[in-house]
Amino acid sequence: MNFEKLVQKAKKEYYSIFRGEPPAILIGSATCGISAGSNEIKKVIEDEITRENIEARIIPVGCIGSCYAEPLIGIFKDNKEGIFYGPVNKKIVKEIIKKNIIEDEVAEENILGTIQVKETGNTGSFFESDFMRLQSRQILRRCGLINPEDINHYLATGGYTGLLKALEMGADEIIDTIKRSGLRGRGGAGFPTWLKWDLCRQSNSKEKYIICNADEGDPGAFMNRSLLEGDPHSVIEGILIGAHTIKAKKAYIYCRAEYPAALEKLEKAIKDLDKIGLLDIEIVIKRGAGAFVCGEETALIASIEGRRGMPRTRPPFPTTKGLWGKPTVINNVETFAAVSLIFQEGVEQFSSIGTGSSKGTKTFSLVGDVKRTGLIEVPLGTTLKRVIFDIGGGIKNGGNLKAVQIGGPSGGCLPASMMDTEIDYDSLTSAGAIMGSGGLVVLSDDSCMVEIARYFLEFTQRESCGKCVPCRLGTQQMLLILNDIVQGNGSPEDIETLHEVAEAVKAASLCGLGQTAPNPVLTTLKYFREEYVEHVMNGRCPAAYCRELMHYFIDEKLCTGCMVCSKVCPADAIVGLEDEVHFIDQEKCLKCGSCMDVCKEGAILKVPGPGKSIE
Amino acid sequence: MQKLREILESYQGKREDIIPILQDIQGKYGYLPENALRELSKFTGVSESQIYGIATFYAQFRFTPKGKKHVMVCTGTACHVKGSDQIIDAIQRHLKIKEGDTTPDNEYSLEAVGCIGCCSLAPCAMINEKVISRIKPRQIKRLLPQKS
Ligand SMILES: Cc1cc2nc3c(=O)[nH]c(=O)nc-3n(C[C@H](O)[C@H](O)[C@H](O)COP(=O)(O)O)c2cc1C
Ligand code: FES
Repeated sequence: MNFEKLVQKAKKEYYSIFRGEPPAILIGSATCGISAGSNEIKKVIEDEITRENIEARIIPVGCIGSCYAEPLIGIFKDNKEGIFYGPVNKKIVKEIIKKNIIEDEVAEENILGTIQVKETGNTGSFFESDFMRLQSRQILRRCGLINPEDINHYLATGGYTGLLKALEMGADEIIDTIKRSGLRGRGGAGFPTWLKWDLCRQSNSKEKYIICNADEGDPGAFMNRSLLEGDPHSVIEGILIGAHTIKAKKAYIYCRAEYPAALEKLEKAIKDLDKIGLLDIEIVIKRGAGAFVCGEETALIASIEGRRGMPRTRPPFPTTKGLWGKPTVINNVETFAAVSLIFQEGVEQFSSIGTGSSKGTKTFSLVGDVKRTGLIEVPLGTTLKRVIFDIGGGIKNGGNLKAVQIGGPSGGCLPASMMDTEIDYDSLTSAGAIMGSGGLVVLSDDSCMVEIARYFLEFTQRESCGKCVPCRLGTQQMLLILNDIVQGNGSPEDIETLHEVAEAVKAASLCGLGQTAPNPVLTTLKYFREEYVEHVMNGRCPAAYCRELMHYFIDEKLCTGCMVCSKVCPADAIVGLEDEVHFIDQEKCLKCGSCMDVCKEGAILKVPGPGKSIE
Repeated sequence: MQKLREILESYQGKREDIIPILQDIQGKYGYLPENALRELSKFTGVSESQIYGIATFYAQFRFTPKGKKHVMVCTGTACHVKGSDQIIDAIQRHLKIKEGDTTPDNEYSLEAVGCIGCCSLAPCAMINEKVISRIKPRQIKRLLPQKS
């Protein structure tokens, strides 16, 4: 069958879902959705459909981004706008089926908005909601609205037309197109994608490789996972365009083993692509084995070759000497998806979004103490304030914003006063952070910045491959100091030492891991120095976060002796008889805060300072 | 050893096969048994010490068997901020084992792992393949019931 016919058939099939004849039920079934219970919801829906003997299709889709509202379902019926509901539970879902499908009324509970999906574009109140309105869904435009395991859904929405366009172009024209788009790598450093491809294309070698970096080792980031789970073909299409440009016959996708669902979807996508005859290179999937440093390109190459994932000095860069010593292009997942976007939708659409030096959009995982956590995509140049307050809905539980951690372990912490910073490669770098791959962790007053710095140091120290001395010993030294400080054993000189070691590690390390490991320390020292000072001078953690420097305390005046707290305490640390005031045994207390969560009287308080000194 | 032979048969024995084979072995046995590593060394012609060198480098590999239920607590940034340390603490107390260990009855093993990609629903843990999100310390006793 020729491509045109294939697409016609695919469109007919795909758009019929949204006409809802017979009714269609979309279920968010990405890893996040499943963890929130979407499999159980699906079971309930299946049972209801059988029991009520109604005709309906169930379509598993990826994550539409509203993780905060998971589990999430969408119902399409009778040519009407579809309705998205979330969060749903087993009871609500039965109600929704009854009202929305059987009785043809709108179920009122937990409506997120309406959605209409048409060939001419998507509309509906969901896209007008606060969470969606300020975003620009480009890379993620299909996530949550297609079945990632059905190639027809991809074909129906413009899939592989970018590849066909590219196949008609010469390499010069492709590279020029990407150059005009202004695309920079989405894996962290923001290197111009056209230049990388051009360098590799210029090397004359018969054998060349293309690698997709899907390692996503940044803790707190899941953009690549969501994209691979929600729209795997968009990444594969970009890989094929790359292979065609540099004339590679083999491509590797290096994906974390922690992402089993993404791996599965990729395998299926490659098989399906082969079936329709569009796969003209070999694509090999390599499962990572749990080492953060393997996200670094030279380490990743070593890992594919079957060695320890140790970085090496560059140059030579992989574009001249990469996998098996051959010229290799290595790009991030989102970069490849951006390439397919550019070829499908045109350069102008892509480059009209963004700022002078940072074009297009960027996806972020918005997590931490923000109300609406999830996967977002915003035009580059959007301010942090807009992301956290307008899209994310501000801080949870009425707290105040303290800082944003951006760029993962290599990034930095920006204080609340800097929320007018625009998200683009250069503004973030001058603020002392980096774009990174897109983890955005929002921190409220409840977080201790010294502890956050310690956390990242523990991470980089553990993940340092140990090859170079500054990184191996420097991160260890910094961690020891930070451990002392958060335990109340720090001394005033520690702050200066910490600063010195950090500068040295930054200057002298071999690879990006070591060069950037001090960033969380340096930014917190710069913006939150007074917190360090409080810890070392007064043994106090102002945020009452560091476990050795805080304790929970029951206010006698407020405690009614209802025993709710003692029942939930996982350490049996709360003593007291019914109707009498309760006490916390500080020796046993885990400081988990379970008691505070459940106390209706607000009688449990978090206090800075060790418990013993109070008694 | 039959299982091991089946795994090896699907590979050519090249150096780049080592990590995938180790993953397959661990997938079948739940850990890397010593004699399997010896066979792998013969199969690929790469020395045993080098194979150990590779296996110990990557966090995924373990050299002791897992419990029937392998509990992995995420220690990624989002989960850390939401109190994954306390989750680990609570599990350690409840199961009376340390992180990295297995209960004497082989029922549970406990491991701290890097981000599992569900940060928006932090804190998270995984029991075998199943992700449990928004986990609370007070749920531990119910999630990990003990026989006695
Ligand atoms: C320690 C370290 C970890 C990295 N981890 C990743 C990662 O998980 N994913 C990624 O795409 N790039 C990662 N990078 C960046 C890559 O080395 C490389 O720059 C990137 O894959 C290039 O792709 P791009 O040009 O499309 O951004 C990491 C770099 C360092 C130094
Ligand atoms: S930080 Fe725990 S799942 Fe990402």
